Amino acid sequence: MKNKQVVSALAKKRTRNLVIMAVLNVVSFILFAYLPGKSQNVTFNFVLGDEWVIIHSWIIGSKFGAYCFSGLAVVFLGVAFLRARQGKKLGASALAYALSIFIAFMCWAAAGAAISVTGLLQGGLFLAIPLVFGSLSGLICERSGVINIAIEGQLLAGAFAAGVVGSLTQNAWAGLLVAPLAGALISLLLATFAIKYAVDQVILGFVINVLVIGLTSFASQRVLTTDSATWNSSPIFSTIQIPVLSKIPLIGPIFFSQTIIVYMLYVIVAVIQLSLFKSKWGLRMRAVGELPVAAESVGIDVNKVRFRNVLIAGLVAGLGGAFFTVGSSGAFSRQMTAGMGFIALAALIFGKWTPLGAVAAALLFGFADQLRTVLSITGTPIPSEFMVMVPYIVTIIAVSGFVGKVRAPASDGIPYKRGGSH
Amino acid sequence: MSLELQGITKRFGGLVANDAIDFAVADGEIHAILGENGAGKSTLMNIVYGLLQPDAGTISVDGKELTIHSPLDSLAAGIGMVHQHFMLIPVFTVAENIVLGHEKTGLFGKLDLATAREEILRISQEFNFDVNPDAIVEDLPVGIQQRVEIIRALIYDAKVLILDEPTAVLTPQETDELLNNLKKLRESGRAIVFISHKLREVKAIADKITIIRRGKVVGMASPSSEQSELASLMVGREVDLKVDKEPAKIGREVLKVSHLTIQDHTGRTLVNNISFHVNAGEVLAIAGVQGNGQSEVAEAMLGLRDHVAGSVLVDEQEIIGKKVVDCLELGIAYVPESRELDGLISTFSIAENLILDTHTSAPYAKFGRYFPDAVKKVALERVAEFDIRAQSVADSASSLSGGNKQKVVLARELSRPVKLVIISQPTRGLDVGSIEFVHERIVTERNDGKAVLLFSTELDEVYALADRIAIMFKGEIIAIAEPTISREELGLFMAGVSSQKGVSA
Repeated sequence: MKNKQVVSALAKKRTRNLVIMAVLNVVSFILFAYLPGKSQNVTFNFVLGDEWVIIHSWIIGSKFGAYCFSGLAVVFLGVAFLRARQGKKLGASALAYALSIFIAFMCWAAAGAAISVTGLLQGGLFLAIPLVFGSLSGLICERSGVINIAIEGQLLAGAFAAGVVGSLTQNAWAGLLVAPLAGALISLLLATFAIKYAVDQVILGFVINVLVIGLTSFASQRVLTTDSATWNSSPIFSTIQIPVLSKIPLIGPIFFSQTIIVYMLYVIVAVIQLSLFKSKWGLRMRAVGELPVAAESVGIDVNKVRFRNVLIAGLVAGLGGAFFTVGSSGAFSRQMTAGMGFIALAALIFGKWTPLGAVAAALLFGFADQLRTVLSITGTPIPSEFMVMVPYIVTIIAVSGFVGKVRAPASDGIPYKRGGSH
Repeated sequence: MSLELQGITKRFGGLVANDAIDFAVADGEIHAILGENGAGKSTLMNIVYGLLQPDAGTISVDGKELTIHSPLDSLAAGIGMVHQHFMLIPVFTVAENIVLGHEKTGLFGKLDLATAREEILRISQEFNFDVNPDAIVEDLPVGIQQRVEIIRALIYDAKVLILDEPTAVLTPQETDELLNNLKKLRESGRAIVFISHKLREVKAIADKITIIRRGKVVGMASPSSEQSELASLMVGREVDLKVDKEPAKIGREVLKVSHLTIQDHTGRTLVNNISFHVNAGEVLAIAGVQGNGQSEVAEAMLGLRDHVAGSVLVDEQEIIGKKVVDCLELGIAYVPESRELDGLISTFSIAENLILDTHTSAPYAKFGRYFPDAVKKVALERVAEFDIRAQSVADSASSLSGGNKQKVVLARELSRPVKLVIISQPTRGLDVGSIEFVHERIVTERNDGKAVLLFSTELDEVYALADRIAIMFKGEIIAIAEPTISREELGLFMAGVSSQKGVSA
């Protein structure tokens, strides 16, 4: 009689992750530490402005640094291995491992150059901001049970409306005011067709994106570029230095030297995180996204709740769109959101449909994107074409199951019809 | 408080689900509505609860006529409902589920769960319910989940409590506890409507019985009536509740399962190291409450599951690791528990469904060409043999009633030369006539010398058919017993209480 041992899928996945980590570690030893011929110094700078305490630059030999941190990674890999054998989650050990490998990589990639760590992080946050807005919009929709593929369209509509209105009125605040409304208008389309007419939500979202891209590109080409002084030169918000906080080393320049839109984002993230789990609004949102018939049975109008939440999600994404125009460049250009709506969707999934998780994922994606820019400027051994792929590769790896157990809201994407369950 | 329904009528297209139904229940009374699946019981109660709107008729409480447009109206009128499929959000805590729809908020709109928590504990203590307000609902046993629904109704001060097929998902022990709890609720002066098709329970609990058949009230009965009398009222003709079965002629060992372990994709163990065998000419029934690993075992017998270890031998040939088609080749008939999802392709015709397993071979197909006439000819024979009531074999399978769907599945599976019949929940949701047919057919297969492995959660069915009974609990077979085992003892096993009696697995 044969009696094979059952190897559970979870243990398999953990083993697979450990193997991948070990292979990466070998790569880091060979590629980052052993192969480079001559060691050059790498400089990491931590100061950007006039922080209270000046953290001194950190200079390290590239080969020495790569060996050190590859070695450190081996230690964390060992810890991760021990944890896996005890059947525990890899948790912090995996994070520490990833950080060590990353620093070893930086020693190699930035050999002979200076890297501003603060600048890198600040740029990463900058690129993550629209992603956070987008993923929060997705979160509100999907927690309510409506799939939102139209984040891209909502962002783009917000960017366009803010840019044009800001330009016409020569007032950035006016632009900021109409951007959420533009996002909500796109949501109105989504909600009407997805909830009222039960159209397939994935196809619908896609079509809405194509529509918004088409409309804004047309307007941009025919109107904005012909008289850009009137139509496409909005004033922008200047950065606001928060007293005291902005002087904290490292953290200050990154988080507290930003525009009003970013500060609004902090508030929105906090409000959504708290209310999702601790308020009537959040409770009902999750209820209609999980088991709408149960919500109906206690007298909740499921489709009304869904409709309203999809509109709210549009407001959030529309506001995020304003960041592209009145929050940074001041001018609208065709397809300026460049697929960020889809990356935001990936961030939502990577963040397991929680606000803070989505923020963390968005920050990671933004950081990967900024790293590409920084490294292409300092010059690296990696062809720039590969660097362009980095954020997307991170996205694919993230979404393809590196995140562990992920459960979408149970009724995500399923239209609800009253009395149709029996 | 009393609830009174007069002339309730509801049509779905051409189908009259409720036809001028009159019904009344008074304070401190348990009034049962007895009827077969599809008789219109649930429709009636969904109308009372406001999930459906009646086409005609009135609902009154304490003599006052009500218009009920949504569950809010019925809740406000003091009507509480315990649904057949629990209306609880699985990922919420008990307290969150209870406040949903009636949320109170505090400072900055913060949800107030503390009040609900206290109320839950108070009611839980009063009726000895043992419910933790902070438990996540999906982690709770179904019996407790049901109590959460009852607590919710009581918190919102329901004077009339409607329970729709409340025992369908319960163990015999949980059923007893529920019936006791209902008696306590009756003593507290509440009116209770108990909807069921289970004669035994209705007789045990009801003060009055109203019988519904095909959407109409066909009569009232007293709980002292004989079971056969209630059954014939419910079905509309004389029914024979017993299955005639000659003594088993035990043959060789056909199926031998050793140390079978099954996990799900997250690594949770669903079936833990079970062993049993089935001989030719006998029915081994695997009894147990739904969700204790039976479905997984059934699927593993046909190579439908991954993450399986151990050994499953059919006539000494190993099945584990084999493809489904090779398992079928060995002579296994498989009737899955969900005929709609796994047994049939609803949009295909009845004829096509009858040859799903053999459609690649002659006479239905040759050199990649398909012969519909041959299919039709065979289909007509099967329809006659299995008494499938259909307008035409070209109709889609979805047009059939539950009983006829099950006959199509049986006809397909039993028309191959098989030696092992695996059949899962064969009569769930069927009318009494179809149940009789299916039971007789299973006994015929057994008498023909086939090994039959039956998975059933219905004790009546297990007793009617089994030559031996294995009881599954939490993924393990905790006992294998003779069919002479008492209901009480079987019930204890199903609740996971082991005893020395029975042949321990």
